[in-house]
Amino acid sequence: MDLNTVTHVIPARQRSDLDALGPTVVPLAGGSELYADPRTHLTGLIDLQTFDWPALTVTDDGLVIGATCTVAELSRLPLQNGWAAHPLFYQCCTALYGSFKVWNVATVGGNLATSLPAGPMITLAVALDAELLVWRADGSDDVVPARSFVTGDMTNVLADGDVLRSIHVPLASLHAQTAYRKIALSPLGRSGAVLAGRLDAVGAFVLTVTAATLRPVQLRYSALPTAHVLARDIDTIDCWFTDAHGAADWRRAMGLLLGEEIRVELELAGGRA
Amino acid sequence: MTLEQAKIEETGAMTFEVNGTRVEATPAPGQCLRTLLREHEHFEVKKGCDTGDCGACTVQIDGTPVHSCIYPAHRAVGKQITTAAGLGQPGNLAPIQQRFVDASGFQCGFCTPGMIVTAAAIEADAALGVDDLPRLLKGNLCRCTGYRSISDSIVGQHTPPDGSCHTAPGHEHAEASSLGPVRATGRTRGARGAGLVGTSPGAIAGERVVSGLEPYTLDVAIPGLLHLAVLGSPHAHARIRSLNVAKAAALPGVHRVFTHADSPTTLFSTARHESRFDDPDDTLVFDQTLRFRGQRVAAVVADSVAIAEAACRLIDVEYELRDAVFDPRLAGAPGAPLVHGDKDPVVSRLADPTRNLVAELHGEFGSVDEGLEMATTIVSGRWQTQRIAHTHLETHATMGWLSGDRLVLRTSSQVPFLVQKEICRLFDLDPAGVRVFTARVGGGFGGKQELLTEDLVTLAVLSTGRPVQYEFTRTDEFTITPVRHPMTIDVTVGAQGDGRLTALKLGVLADTGAYGNHAPGVMFHGTSESVALYNVPNKRVDAQSVYTNNPPSGAFRGYGLGQVIFAIECALDELARELGVDPFELRRLNSVRPGDPLVVTHEEGPDLIFGSYGLDQCLDLAEAALKRGNRAVVPVGLQWRVGTGMASSMIATTPPRGHRSQASVQLVAGGRYLVRVGTTEFGNGTTTVHAQIAATALHTSVDRIDLLHSDTDSAGYDSGAFGSAGVVVAGKAVLAAATALAETLVEVASAWSGHGLTRGTDTGTWQLEHDGLRAVESESELVSLDTLMHWATANDVGLTAVRREDGALRSLAFNVHAFRVAVNTATGEVRILQSVQAADAGFVVNPEQCRGQIEGGVAQALGTALFEEVVLDGAGAVTTRVLRNYHVPQLVDLPVTEVYFAQSHDVLGPYGAKSMSESTYNPVAPALANAIRDAIGIRPTELPMSPDRIWRLLHG
Repeated sequence: MDLNTVTHVIPARQRSDLDALGPTVVPLAGGSELYADPRTHLTGLIDLQTFDWPALTVTDDGLVIGATCTVAELSRLPLQNGWAAHPLFYQCCTALYGSFKVWNVATVGGNLATSLPAGPMITLAVALDAELLVWRADGSDDVVPARSFVTGDMTNVLADGDVLRSIHVPLASLHAQTAYRKIALSPLGRSGAVLAGRLDAVGAFVLTVTAATLRPVQLRYSALPTAHVLARDIDTIDCWFTDAHGAADWRRAMGLLLGEEIRVELELAGGRA
Repeated sequence: MTLEQAKIEETGAMTFEVNGTRVEATPAPGQCLRTLLREHEHFEVKKGCDTGDCGACTVQIDGTPVHSCIYPAHRAVGKQITTAAGLGQPGNLAPIQQRFVDASGFQCGFCTPGMIVTAAAIEADAALGVDDLPRLLKGNLCRCTGYRSISDSIVGQHTPPDGSCHTAPGHEHAEASSLGPVRATGRTRGARGAGLVGTSPGAIAGERVVSGLEPYTLDVAIPGLLHLAVLGSPHAHARIRSLNVAKAAALPGVHRVFTHADSPTTLFSTARHESRFDDPDDTLVFDQTLRFRGQRVAAVVADSVAIAEAACRLIDVEYELRDAVFDPRLAGAPGAPLVHGDKDPVVSRLADPTRNLVAELHGEFGSVDEGLEMATTIVSGRWQTQRIAHTHLETHATMGWLSGDRLVLRTSSQVPFLVQKEICRLFDLDPAGVRVFTARVGGGFGGKQELLTEDLVTLAVLSTGRPVQYEFTRTDEFTITPVRHPMTIDVTVGAQGDGRLTALKLGVLADTGAYGNHAPGVMFHGTSESVALYNVPNKRVDAQSVYTNNPPSGAFRGYGLGQVIFAIECALDELARELGVDPFELRRLNSVRPGDPLVVTHEEGPDLIFGSYGLDQCLDLAEAALKRGNRAVVPVGLQWRVGTGMASSMIATTPPRGHRSQASVQLVAGGRYLVRVGTTEFGNGTTTVHAQIAATALHTSVDRIDLLHSDTDSAGYDSGAFGSAGVVVAGKAVLAAATALAETLVEVASAWSGHGLTRGTDTGTWQLEHDGLRAVESESELVSLDTLMHWATANDVGLTAVRREDGALRSLAFNVHAFRVAVNTATGEVRILQSVQAADAGFVVNPEQCRGQIEGGVAQALGTALFEEVVLDGAGAVTTRVLRNYHVPQLVDLPVTEVYFAQSHDVLGPYGAKSMSESTYNPVAPALANAIRDAIGIRPTELPMSPDRIWRLLHG
């Protein structure tokens, strides 16, 4: 919808163009969230798209996803040799509530920066132990682990004027086996729980719980845990929440159910408990 | 940087192409592409949600489909944009558009342009397949059809001529469906034939709808149009102590600010009925007392919505807070805050404002105590229904202007004539000086049987003299538009061992919210046919509808019946279980039949009759279909449990206490006929049915029928499109008028041939045909209709027939729904394996369209049963304020429902037809609840039956 309080849109081409950011001037990525939920305190937008950041760059160390990479581009990520985690990229795209038409505009960075519990790019980044490059307002660069980027329902470590620049996925994660589960109150509805498991080549197991919790929760093990241990640990999660997309008690139960399904799937894939 | 980009950065001006035509524009900063396109009169780009959820605004940008409401307008620079109108136009439709016409892939049609642009993009992209439609169409919401016909349109199939459904891979579960002959679906040009009653010609406006060129309420450019925005109350219960509008009024571009000081002092109700005394007069255009969050505090008229909204933020209001009541169970308690304690119960027609009581019904037939004593088995329970938002894709909106000294209102309404009457009463205007009309309306479902925008536009137009528009946002639809009444329903039923019911006791508590619009009607109607359906010697009803400081409730498809039927049909199911009687058998044993009295708390009046009866057939059809089963596969795993369930419903074919319609039919040049009828087309298909009726009565074809409708200037009075009255009342008036004109034409032919105009004699010798009349006995040449028309004009003989229908007699229609479901006991997921509805629609005027009404009613009911709830925070604030937080069924969510029609012929309805819009909704939720109960052994009693609720029944 129209953002009726916005009086200027500045296309960004160099980092200094971001100096105008502040409490009432915010970065514009795809726009699918900003234009859907207007905040009347906003007066200006800095358009990041004009940076022309590369969407997807494969490096020796892994994958760099530009913050303005669209979900559509990510969903078409070409398979590289040895990337056992490749299916997780598309799976997480399908967990976006928005349609494939929203994929054409919504960005990976925008999804992370919006920091909704159901943001599936959060699931992806956390599950793969991605590191996020943040351009701080003071001109410095900061690297933030994805798992500590989102701090709560629509809150994160970004301060006014900060911009999420890119998402770095390490090669080891790309080579890991992954398993994915999503559940919602309707077959393709807004996520009630999205869980991703990762089994590294060295046998380490990481379970990421999102959408059911106010912030992403990660459980890490040096090897596949037993069903009992995993259930015990999932049960300690303290930020299940209730909204229109599921009640907290159901979300907790789904966390337990889907977490165990993931554990079993990765066990069958070769993990050792 | 391209030159184009350089230009926009300097001035904001830019160019782009729409459907191959270059457009120069200067979008406002922060503007979305949707509104920019509409500013350039691309009205085919609709607003359904403005949040990227519904898809009605879909366009292609350089071939890529996007939701234009979330696409920043400034990014369109240099782009090529394609809208539905760019894909094809009437007479030259694109194949995908033609398929939507052929397969009746729309009802109101408001979602259709966006749906078709999306479908075209799917077809054009080799990477996207139609087998992935459930995912690809999750961003395209249709509230009318239930998607079966949309899916058919996209994959290029339509209902076969034998009326069966398709057996496409993955759709086998619908194979047994039968409509009887559907003589004309599919590519219909030429093959449509006459389109007479009993066949299925497509919608009259079909080619315009699929190309986005059929205008809806706001799809017209009016020079100098001003916009209205409203400041809503932040409090659930407060009194305005003071208001300062100086800053708002001084903002450049603001024309007027309205507050309670400007309000007419006449109390009214936003609900509209044939009798204005049906609803309590408890509402003011602006009230100094605010009774729910979002209630109008002030309104601003300005050059743009942006300015009007900015001005609203500049209004200083001092509120005096009052205690509020949110729990309907506490509303009647001593000391509860009074929502309308200031009202006179006689003047406002309230049962007892000192107890927050709007309406109540207490009555007993026989003795329930004795009945329960006679019973061997008794079942008791409490059921709870939720708030539902109608979610018609077109939000409420009105445009108003002055034409000379007359006020003109173009509104999204089901009841233009009732709006005209009440606007005249409120503003003390002469009806001759007020024209109210609707264009095609983008869905209603009862939500537009309210006067929500017209009064403010009237005030604004009359005081500024300028054209003014007031358009609801989707959030307005969730927060300040009346919702379906939530009800708490207690049922006790008793029966003897043979299954015969001995007692039925019903308690209803309805939360009507802060205003009483539709409160009495919904309460009385809800407890009527639901109870009268069964022969029980002892019945008692205790019902109350109470005020709270929650947002108002109002009219919703089924009008109260859906809620009460949910409870009663579930209670009967439980009773059947305890008795060990099959649920179909229990209905056969106890349902009313022709000759039986219709009893709620006393015998219903003689206006309600069995004009036909098909319930027995419906029960047989649904039971047989369920027994026959389908090829749907039960999911694998011990956690899945399978069950079946059914429910019945009955509905009167017309609202009580009169529903009036006047139709006229006129012979015009070219052998064409002009039908004028007041009722509104909002996806119910009445325009098509009226054309079919007129064509049949006049021995012509539907392509010779022109219609003028829903306009107080050009049609006769009509109570409105509610209570499923479009066919049985307005249609009957059309039939009477067309029949009368046909008789007149025979008389005129007789006179023309030299016999003189002698009414009633010798008329049998002339036969009306498609192109003229022929003397039967002499086998004369055809006398053309144009010849007769000229002769009649020269001899001062009128060729317009006018007839009225008053709906004084009402018949009964029946629906039976059955489900087979699988329930995942680990997650609470309900998967529908088979869905069957059998309908007693009387004679089916347009089978394909009637099938669509049933499928759409089932779809809306499945939304109610499984997904939807307008959630409040316990303090009167709505927390589900956008579509992404209120789950309207998507394509993936719905089964293909097998639809069966009973063979019945009504003595009242036109050609034996009965109503079939509302009623299809009513048996669905209880049938599903009964199937879930059968599967898991625990009865769900609360809607929606979402996975978390079902899971909690099993594990909580």
